[in-house]
Formats: sequence, structure tokens, C-alpha cells
Amino acid sequence: MYKILEKKALNPTVTKMVVDAPLVAHKAQPGQFIIFRATEDGERIPLTIADYDREKGTVTIIFQIVGAGTMELNALNEGDCIADFVGPLGTPSHLEGLKKVAVVGGGVGCAIAYPTAKKLHELGAEVHSVVGFRSKDLVILEEEFEAVSNRVVKMSDDGSWGEKGLVTNALEALIKEGNQYDEVIAIGPLVMMKFVCKLTKEYGIKTTVSMNPIMIDGTGMCGGCRLTVGGKTKFACVDGPDFDGHQVDFDEAMHRGAMYRDFEAHAREAECNLLKKEVE
Amino acid sequence: MPNMDPKKCPMPVQDPDVRNKNFSEVALGYTAEMAVNEAKRCLHCKNKPCVSGCPVGIDIPGFIAKVAEEDFEGAYEVLSASSALPAVCGRVCPQENQCEGKCVRGIKTESVGIGRLERFVADWHREHFKGEPSMPVSNGHKVAVIGSGPSGLTAAGDLAKMGYKVTVYEALHTPGGVLVYGIPEFRLPKDIVRQEIDGLKKIGVDVETNVVIGRTLTIDELFEMGNEAVFIGSGAGLPRFMGIPGESLNGVYSANEFLTRINLMKAYKDGSKTPIQHAKNVAVVGGGNVAMDAARCAKRLGAENVYIVYRRGMEELPARKEEVEHAVEEGIIFKTLSNPIEVLDDGKGYVKGMVCQEMELGEPDASGRRRPVPKEGCTFTLDVDCMIMSIGTSPNPLIRSTTPGLETNSHGCIITNGDDGLTTREAVYAGGDAVTGAATVILAMGAGKHAAKAIDEYIKSKNN
Repeated sequence: MYKILEKKALNPTVTKMVVDAPLVAHKAQPGQFIIFRATEDGERIPLTIADYDREKGTVTIIFQIVGAGTMELNALNEGDCIADFVGPLGTPSHLEGLKKVAVVGGGVGCAIAYPTAKKLHELGAEVHSVVGFRSKDLVILEEEFEAVSNRVVKMSDDGSWGEKGLVTNALEALIKEGNQYDEVIAIGPLVMMKFVCKLTKEYGIKTTVSMNPIMIDGTGMCGGCRLTVGGKTKFACVDGPDFDGHQVDFDEAMHRGAMYRDFEAHAREAECNLLKKEVE
Repeated sequence: MPNMDPKKCPMPVQDPDVRNKNFSEVALGYTAEMAVNEAKRCLHCKNKPCVSGCPVGIDIPGFIAKVAEEDFEGAYEVLSASSALPAVCGRVCPQENQCEGKCVRGIKTESVGIGRLERFVADWHREHFKGEPSMPVSNGHKVAVIGSGPSGLTAAGDLAKMGYKVTVYEALHTPGGVLVYGIPEFRLPKDIVRQEIDGLKKIGVDVETNVVIGRTLTIDELFEMGNEAVFIGSGAGLPRFMGIPGESLNGVYSANEFLTRINLMKAYKDGSKTPIQHAKNVAVVGGGNVAMDAARCAKRLGAENVYIVYRRGMEELPARKEEVEHAVEEGIIFKTLSNPIEVLDDGKGYVKGMVCQEMELGEPDASGRRRPVPKEGCTFTLDVDCMIMSIGTSPNPLIRSTTPGLETNSHGCIITNGDDGLTTREAVYAGGDAVTGAATVILAMGAGKHAAKAIDEYIKSKNN
């Protein structure tokens, strides 16, 4: 069992937890993920590792409450135990050698973009973070991004926080200013990553995306997480979750991600009316 | 005087039209009376051909003699001296190719129902024996076992009985490997697997779930932790796809995903939190035991038409005979000599059909089976909304990619030095599907058994 040492609501539908998981903390690297089951009969759900502390043996996860599994997890409190917590899974991000990077995060994807920005900062790279949310009350990790970035560009759909507009607008402005990026790292909703890639392809900038498809075991066993990358079938759990964004078939990934949408919607409505808020 | 009935005592089963709507066990098991009568069909041949057909070398006439004497616990002692999981093997072994295939009674009539008797004895023991197994005397040495499927559990059990402190590492949240995620409840009830594993824990085996070797810990770290040898029984879990157009559509599953959702994640239970597609028309591609399991699960989830699409003929189906017979009885439709060439899109990203190429059998290939060749210009479309790919699996690359010095062949299978399972690294042994590619439970158990013996000899010689 894996004890929850700290729990904090970052916004109405996004929660941060610090979990006692020494074996996972010992090996975790940016870009990797864990799979949890909140309770004995719960679903297996993948979550990217948001932070880790090898000495304390803790792993931080940040999750959006979107379905039955994350709802169950959110029902647990400090001192409670998560039934299963396995990892670190997936291939770590390749960040060594990068000198100047734009890290683009959208919505709860910022929880995954942050450890990447932090690691780049530690490696001495110049980090420009472009972070976008739907509105001010959904903002997470603002101070954290400030601390590890040479520059932070804040965007919101409704203009209630930072500039009004999309992260792609902000990224294009940075590129047009003359910033020469070795790489753009985009993490967020599929549609955001798709359009970031479309933009960076025009400018010929290498772009890495972090994919988060439907998954069961996370070790290469089920094939549920398969994606088409450069015309080839890849398993996000072992080949990824990071991929060359210019090679990913995003439209197919969006279809596959919607496979159980009706089931999820049903589970959500059956369990709770509080969560019918629009979130991103 | 032996019972000279030419036929095996039939196995009582649930009616096909009832069982294809539930997940309870299909075969109900012999009564004591049936078992004794069947046991009396054994001729007790001097040269025991049946034993030579058993990968773990059970003294088959020995345990059958005890059944005939109605000494069922005595029969269990004979069985358990050679097999760590008799209740499992009695249910899932392909007996017709092993012990029963060599039975002298089978030459002119039906062989002795060895598998059914094995199952009876194991079930009798589980229901009647109330004592606790005795804890082996510790020899002070530690061994790590990777994977809690049939090979890992067998190696762990044998080593623990020799006095080793054994820790079994399992990547998933429940131990049992393919016995838990792959083989469905109606063929192998999960309570039986759990009780077999509890039995190992009672003799001192530690089982650590949620540890992925190659990620959470490496084999080098297992040695740093004081283990003197490591057994890899990580199976063959990486599913193959055909590489045909439309394979990424929603509604195309690997058999592993479909069965894992149903078995490990309990999607078969009402009110389960695990989503699964309840399709109307399902095509399962492949002809092995896994394909039969997937097809029969799909039927039980309420599908109207379930097809097995296989490129060779009925005679060539690699599945266990009983599974094919059960599938036919349950209304599974066999489209043999057919090979899928394209999955059709309904326009919204979901499967709406499958185009198949008709095949015919040509000359025998390397496997000795007649090679299927396409029949020029003959294709047909199956209207299905779900397709389950069951065309084989290969070993997971995680361990080989994180263990320096561990060599694998071109199929990704770990290379071992013959029977004892020694790999290209000192003190690292392997067995089961990780070495052979997808095979059977009993072969994996045989490999675990041989490796346990070799590990014992290695550690003893090293410490002398």
C-alpha cells in the first residue's frame, strides 16, 4: 500500500498528491509515468510523474478528476493508502544537450510540462515556458514555472489570466521575435499538441510531445495504447510516452482516446453531480 | 480387473446454451465415484508411456492407483511431489498431446482421463485437507524470481521447498501471470489460482506485486540485494498485430487487452468499473487457445455472432481439442481458411467490417503443417464491429534491454543453455514463454522445475 503524505486541490478539478513510494522515487526521471489503482477493485490509470524526491522516497502526482478512477483517487485523503502504485514506466525524456527550449503546456498538461522545464533548467538550458489555461481559476503551478523558466508567457482562452489567446499564438510570437529553439516540447490536450506541431513544422523546429493514451498494464502487454508514429505502430507505454510530434498521427490518437467516452460519462454521472463543470 | 469401458467417463459440464451466457466454470468435475471408475481404466503399463509425455514427470500410474483405492489424499501427495499447480494443470494442459496422447488405452479406444483425474484429486485436496503445510528448514540463501506465472511459481515453490528464501516479483497488481490475466474464469477459476499462490506463501515465498523488473528494479539490483541467483519467468506478453490497414480503428483489440480487461480487471462482472466494448458481431483472428478464450468471452458478453477467423483448416487449429469442441458447442462460428486483409472504417473511426482473403492449403511448411496460400480473386467481407487479434505474442523487451550480458535471439526470446535454463549471464536462469515464445502452462512449469534444480546445484557448488 502506498500512503498519501500530502494532498492539495490546485483548482476545483485538479489535485496534487505526494505519495510514499520509495522504489518508484529511486528510479523516476522526467517524462516517465506511474499506474495507480485507488482501491482494490478500481481501474488502472496512468499518470505522469510530476515530481519526485529520492531521499524522502516520495513521488508527486497531479491529476484532473475526469472519470471514475480519478474520482476514487480524489476521495482518498492524507494518511490514506492507494492500493497500487507501480512505476516508473515509459522511456525518460531525452533532455541532455539542449541549450534553448520552449516548453509549451496546456491545462493539466502543465503538470507534466513542469518537471520537464525543471530538469532542463537544472541542466542549464534556457527555458521559455508558454503555459495556457481556459481561465484564471484553472491555473496551476504558476510560481513553479516562474522559478525554473527564463521567461514565462501566460495565456488564457478568456483573457482572465495573462494574454488572451492560444499557446500557439504565443509560441509563434516568440519564434518571430527571433528566438532560435533547439527544440519545442509540447504537453497538453491532443488538439493543442497537434496545432503546436503544425506550427513548428512550418518553422522546421524539432518538437517532442508527450502522449497519454488509454492504457492498462503500462509494460507493453495490452497494445491498447498503440499510436501511429511515422507510419509505424508504436506503444506509448514502452516506446514513449515522448514522441517526435511531427510524426504522430494526432487524428487517429483523438479517435482512439474517445473509445470509452460514453462509458466514462456514464460513470461520472452515476457517481457525482459536482463534476459536471467544464474543465481543461 | 481393470474397467474395460472403451470410453472415458464423460466430464459433467454446464449446458452450452446456459454457459455461453455466464462466466462460471464450464466443466464441473468428476464425483468421487466417477473418479474411482475412471482410475480403474488404467492398465498400469510397466514402461509408463504416459509419464514420458508429462513435462514435469508426474508418476501418473502411481497417483491413479491411489484414486482407484479411494485414497485421494495419498493421490495428491504423489501429484504434488512433481507438480506445483495440479488444480491448474488438470484444467489447462493439452493432455491429448502429452500424457493422454501416449496412453496405451488410447490406441484402440479412448485414453484414460488423466487430466480429469488430476483435477479431481487437486480439487478434493483443496476442499478436504485442513492441515497447514510444514515450513521448510531455511538454508540461508536468497533467490529472486521474476514473474508470477506458471514457470515462476513452479521455480519459486521448488526452491522454497529446498530451503531457499524466495521473493517473486510481479509487474501487475495480482500475482498469477497468464493464469490471472489471460485464461478466463470459466476455464480456470481465479480462486484456484489464488489458493495455489497462498499455498506458496505458507511455505515462506514472498510475493511483491507492482514491481516491474527493468524499470522499478534491475536484475543487477536484485543481486545487490543479496540474491545469489535470479530466475526470469516473465512470459511472452507483447502482442503481435498483422500490420493490415485499419488495425488502429476503435474496436480492434489485442487478445491480451480484451482478456486482461475481462479477467484481471473483472469487466465480466456487472457493475465493473472497467470499460469494455459489448460488440454485436465479433471476429477473433487466430486459432490457438487464446483465440478460443477471447471468442468464448465475447459470446458471454452478449455478442450475437462470434467468428474465429483462421488461415488454415479445422484440423490445423493449434488450440486444445476440448476448447475447440466447447467453442463449437457454444455457437462460435469457425471461418477457417480465411485471412483478414483489411479492417473497414464506419466513417467515425470504429470498425464496421473485415475483408478476408480465402485460403487453401498447399505444401507442408517448416512446422510440418500445410502452408495456407491465397485463393486468387476470392475475398469476402464479414460484418463485425469488433476484431480481436490473437495471432501470437513475443517476450517483453524490458528485461533484455536493461540487463547487460543477457542475450536474446531474433524473436526476442532469451537464449538459454539447454534444459537447465542458464542464460548468457552467470547466475541468471530463465524459462517458460520468455525463452520459448508463447507456449503452454505445463511447458513453462517444466522449465521452472528444471531451472530450480539447476539453481540449487549452482548455489551449492558456489558455496562449497
